[in-house]
Amino acid sequence: MGILRKSTVSVIALAMAVSIGAGVANAKDKVKVAFIGPLTGGVSAVGVGGRNSAELAVQLRNADPSAKYEYELVTQDSECKPNVGVQAATKVASDKSIIGLVGHYCSAVAMGAVDIYHKFNLPMSVWGAVLPDVTYGNDYKEIHRVNGTMINQNDVAAKFMTDQGYKTWVVLYDTTDYGKGHNKYFTEYLAKNGGEILADFGVSSDQQDFTAELTKAKQLNPDVIFFGGLTPLGVRIRAQMEKLGITAQFQGASGIKSDSFIDGVGELSEGVVSFLEGAPVDKLPGGQYFIEKYKAAGFAESEEAYGPFAFAAMNLILDGIEEVGPNRKKLTKYLGKIQDHDSIVGKISFDDHGQNTVAAITKYVVQDGKWVVWEDSEYATGARKLAGK
Amino acid sequence: MDVGLLGQFVVNGMMLGMMYALVAVGFTLFFGVLDVIKFSHGDVLMVGTFAGFSTYLGLTAIGIDNAFVQLVGVLVVSIASMALLGAIIARYLVLPLKSAPPLNTLLVTLMLGTVLRESIRLFYPDGSNPKHFPSLLPTDAWSFGSFTLRADSVILLIGGLLVIIGVNVLINRTRLGLAIRAVAQDEETAKCMGINFKMIVLLTFALGSGVAAFAGVMNGLYYNEINFGMGLLLGVIGFSAAIVGGLGNIYGAILGGFLFAGLQTLGAVALPFASAYKDVFAFAVIIALIAWRPTGLIAEKTSERV
Repeated sequence: MGILRKSTVSVIALAMAVSIGAGVANAKDKVKVAFIGPLTGGVSAVGVGGRNSAELAVQLRNADPSAKYEYELVTQDSECKPNVGVQAATKVASDKSIIGLVGHYCSAVAMGAVDIYHKFNLPMSVWGAVLPDVTYGNDYKEIHRVNGTMINQNDVAAKFMTDQGYKTWVVLYDTTDYGKGHNKYFTEYLAKNGGEILADFGVSSDQQDFTAELTKAKQLNPDVIFFGGLTPLGVRIRAQMEKLGITAQFQGASGIKSDSFIDGVGELSEGVVSFLEGAPVDKLPGGQYFIEKYKAAGFAESEEAYGPFAFAAMNLILDGIEEVGPNRKKLTKYLGKIQDHDSIVGKISFDDHGQNTVAAITKYVVQDGKWVVWEDSEYATGARKLAGK
Repeated sequence: MDVGLLGQFVVNGMMLGMMYALVAVGFTLFFGVLDVIKFSHGDVLMVGTFAGFSTYLGLTAIGIDNAFVQLVGVLVVSIASMALLGAIIARYLVLPLKSAPPLNTLLVTLMLGTVLRESIRLFYPDGSNPKHFPSLLPTDAWSFGSFTLRADSVILLIGGLLVIIGVNVLINRTRLGLAIRAVAQDEETAKCMGINFKMIVLLTFALGSGVAAFAGVMNGLYYNEINFGMGLLLGVIGFSAAIVGGLGNIYGAILGGFLFAGLQTLGAVALPFASAYKDVFAFAVIIALIAWRPTGLIAEKTSERV
């Protein structure tokens, strides 16, 4: 309740400031837009951060005197549960007064909801879910996504690693959807960048001993060992590489980018690289602006990792409505043509599945027991070197 | 495949086999004396490793950083505390159910395993994340082509071998061992001969659990990583190894342990399909072996089918 009251107060304050500043109070048409995210439950911190950010976008637009419409934000809680999320999606989609939606952090919910948006022709943009199939598993024109997927992650990873001069890889991946996805996309992009995969090994997600796989890998003598999977296995593989005297560079996916990876492998973590969708907010092109506005709006909670994406997605929807008017079909058409659209997370360009192709991916390297953004690390300046360089 | 690589696979496999054998020995001891299957064995191993890890942290905290002293401390605390835990489990969970159907013991210990595992996950500080187990052994390595032999692996292998020989000597050459064997063979007669049945059972469980704790510390030193779930698969594998070797026979357990490790290595190395299936392959062969020799490869002298 506290948040609501606070934000309402700030909306009024902003509106007042604007009307005093502009000297006129125009009566504009009201247009409704919606936000769906997990506002309660285990990942609610991210959801509330996203909600606040979307709301900030609406507030700023309403405060803009050149805006043609007055916007009202409707929010729904998905609880990160597919059954609840689908109900929320139906509620929003069936309300004809809602023109556009920014929705979904949880991939499982998004997968269930996209059919509904298609059925009701509701144009929407995902702000957090990363499963490729949300956009690539269908041909729905209504579905877009401003944040990256594991596809973008591997695109960046393959390019970055080949740019470092590495040529050969051995891939280990856990045989879940997550690991298999990483194997698939990394292999695909590595081939495009001229790298070569000497062997790949699927491993079960509770495996302890990797010495057999790693001994085989050692025989092939790759420049890099890539692991597509989560922290516990990443820890074991990195530690066991050492046991077998493998000196190759170790590269992980977003799944190992956690502090517990560093705790688990100790000093062997030095120089390990990984890649993560999104970016620390101060690294984003419009990050400074966003942080300022977010602070000024006085939200009680932090914007969290995906707040900037929710903000950018909402802004994009609002830009569309400003341009083509409050009409779902026209907005869908507008979004379909988005190329090099400016936003705080960088340029947005949708491919024919509505996926942002220039999504922000951040490269990280472990330096002195901490994940450091590559560009800020001593590895980038050449003061330290990755394995085999 | 060159010789160096083959050597590497053999050493990897022996290392695994040693750990499996140590776990299997516990299963076989428990079954020998009481005809029970204690399914919490793998989790006792895990708790033992965490006890050892905590000892290490404690020793470091009070300023003792001599690796040898730390190692001795880790081993002593880990083995002693798990021997005690094993005896407690025997006294309060297994012995009271002695006249109940064996299924009850199996279920009770299975649940105890879950309790132990979840307790570590929930109550150990940051217990759901993997922990970095320190290298307390010399880490010198010798490379011969594609074969890397590390001093710590050699020491661990020798240590494991000594423990297995020690247990064997204890069972076959000492009065205690004689008593254990007597109880295993015939409880009633052993009691008539003046053997303290309860004490022997407790000692046997303490022995088996202490050996498991040793295997756990060995596991930690070898992989340099421990986690709350590490005992689960080790328990299942140790149990299968004990069965396939011949439950109740200590040589059978050792044979079973090395056999399973060999199958896993073979599954990952020599078979054309993805190495993710190496456990499937190893377990499938074990199933076939059990179907072929239901009492195990080396059967207990007075065999009972399980």
